[in-house]
Amino acid sequence: MKDMMLKSLVTPAVTIPAPKPDDAALAELARAVNERSRQLLGHSLAIREVDAGSCNGCELEIHAINNAIYDVERFGIKFTASPKHADVLLVTGPVTENMKFALQRAYDVTPDPKWVVAVGDCACTGGVFAGSYACAGSVKDIVPVDLHIKGCPPTPLDLLRGLLALMETVSR
Amino acid sequence: MFFSTQPVSTKPWPRYIVDAATWNKCADAFAAGTHSLFGLWADSHLDNPAAGAEIHMAIYENATHKLAVATLPAPDGVFPSVARKHAPAARLERTIMDMHGLRAEGAVDTRAWLDHGKWRQAQPLAVQPAPRGDVATAVADYAFLPVDGEGLHEVPVGPIHAGIIEPGHFRFSANGEAVVRLEEKLGYVHKGIEKLFIGADIARGAKLAGRISGDSTVAYAFAYARAVEQATGTVAPPRALYLRALMAELERIANHFGDVGAICNDAAFAFMLAHTGILREETLQLCHALFGHRLMMDVIVPGGVTADIDAAGADKVRAWMAAAEKRFDKLMRIYDDAASLKDRTNNTGHVSRKLVDRFGAGGYVGRASGRAFDARKNLPYAPYDTLNFDMPVLHTGDVNARLWIRRIEIAQSFAMIAQLLDAMPAGALCAPVAATTAGEGIGVVEAFRGDVLVWLRLGADGNIARCHPRDASWFQWPLLEASIENNIIADFPLCNKSFNCSYAGHDL
Repeated sequence: MKDMMLKSLVTPAVTIPAPKPDDAALAELARAVNERSRQLLGHSLAIREVDAGSCNGCELEIHAINNAIYDVERFGIKFTASPKHADVLLVTGPVTENMKFALQRAYDVTPDPKWVVAVGDCACTGGVFAGSYACAGSVKDIVPVDLHIKGCPPTPLDLLRGLLALMETVSR
Repeated sequence: MFFSTQPVSTKPWPRYIVDAATWNKCADAFAAGTHSLFGLWADSHLDNPAAGAEIHMAIYENATHKLAVATLPAPDGVFPSVARKHAPAARLERTIMDMHGLRAEGAVDTRAWLDHGKWRQAQPLAVQPAPRGDVATAVADYAFLPVDGEGLHEVPVGPIHAGIIEPGHFRFSANGEAVVRLEEKLGYVHKGIEKLFIGADIARGAKLAGRISGDSTVAYAFAYARAVEQATGTVAPPRALYLRALMAELERIANHFGDVGAICNDAAFAFMLAHTGILREETLQLCHALFGHRLMMDVIVPGGVTADIDAAGADKVRAWMAAAEKRFDKLMRIYDDAASLKDRTNNTGHVSRKLVDRFGAGGYVGRASGRAFDARKNLPYAPYDTLNFDMPVLHTGDVNARLWIRRIEIAQSFAMIAQLLDAMPAGALCAPVAATTAGEGIGVVEAFRGDVLVWLRLGADGNIARCHPRDASWFQWPLLEASIENNIIADFPLCNKSFNCSYAGHDL
């Protein structure tokens, strides 16, 4: 272990350079962020992830943005264990009827100002599960959504671009 | 096995129509331990209601490694409970009630399971779904099993958990820190997949199968494709079979990398997650470079595969393998030398041999507790029947054993990939799926967490009349409840991660 740690001191970081924020995401977000929330939040965002019925593919890629290659924390973005500590809800899945109540509760206890990011095709449109008796609809049918990140699942780079756009809009 | 009649289908395992007496004999065999319950589901024949409802039960004979399906007609909407003799059937029977309204007679636990009273339709797979109102009130108040005693308290956890994981509810009854009982409540990510399958064409079915459990998208697409090929008499070309196995092993390695790091991270050893996170990421980037998708979704289709690799691609795999193997070995030596970490994983979350045998638990959960079952070995399918590999089995049944099984399996998968690349046959990637009217088939594939079964029946129009996917998690989730008993609540994340059961694959 010691030699691996020593080696990591002298070898360059594996982390990739920051990607450019997504232009489309910037445009979508322009409406969602006002001056006051910019002042309140400064340069960091706390995210609470809510799986509202995903197949767990999106969760795998959200995990990936925390790895050393993408290292989302360098941008001041970190994941929190409670919606009460969060600025952003990152919601995946076609919102099952069985998760609708829990998602609504999580939204209600997230303090203002807050943003909701719908992650993945299911969260954006219901995906392949749209119309099922067990799905309540896309995330925007349940809670207000400020940013959509498409993909099945979105790649870590897609996620980073979207979150950076959010970051940039909030702290501009 | 127990069957005196001729099978009604043999694709690729026999299915027999049985009477109640034979049905009960099967349940007795599970209880006696000579056979394992491999699946239990119903078919209400929505495409032809006059055919009446049937209950299907997949049976695995432990000594001979043979699989069969017993089918019991249930024209009156009831069938003899298997769970009253063999508890592992309980959640499956409760699900049959929720989905079809077919009642297991004599069952001890009659609570709803997947239905929380919120779906817009009750008994959605029945010919006549029940009016929502009638069933909603009955299932809304879920009665957890009572635990009484001085100093006991309950800790409810979920459905939303602290980490980036899937939703489910855990009810801990604890005395101080020691867990007296854990009871799971699942079904939160139920999306109605089985209903969406009904009437879907084969291509849409493949999309759905690939999204049953995202971490096992290759395994499910593989099992579904095999079931369709059995039902239609389609033969996938040899090159496609090799590419499927290559993808399946890449998926296994990527998931095992992630799990090994995540287990250690839950014991506060973040160093391991940092490094296995990079190994996993490099694996997914390789998959993207080879097959155009990081998780390899929708690459396996009925009839074959949609993407090929060339010589340069094969070299890329070899280079990745040589580097990853070396680095992973080094990490596992660090794991093995870290006494403070081993102190957390050794003897934690113990599951006995008796329990894994009884539940027929597959994957690393079974193999870490002495149950030697791996679908690639015991129910072999191409191309695994031509590959040279071992099935690791350990006996200590704790978190450490479940982690160590993964470690050995990664090495086995590397060896398999080397063989696949060396012997990759040339030729076509995909055969057209033969058009059929009616037909049925079974696909069983070893996913990273255990065996998945897909049973498929095509209707007269050639579309899917019924498709039932059964995840390995069905027979692992109940053992998680057993593993945490007498451990402390703080060790639950560690136990849970060492199981890494699928919520999505279970809830459907």
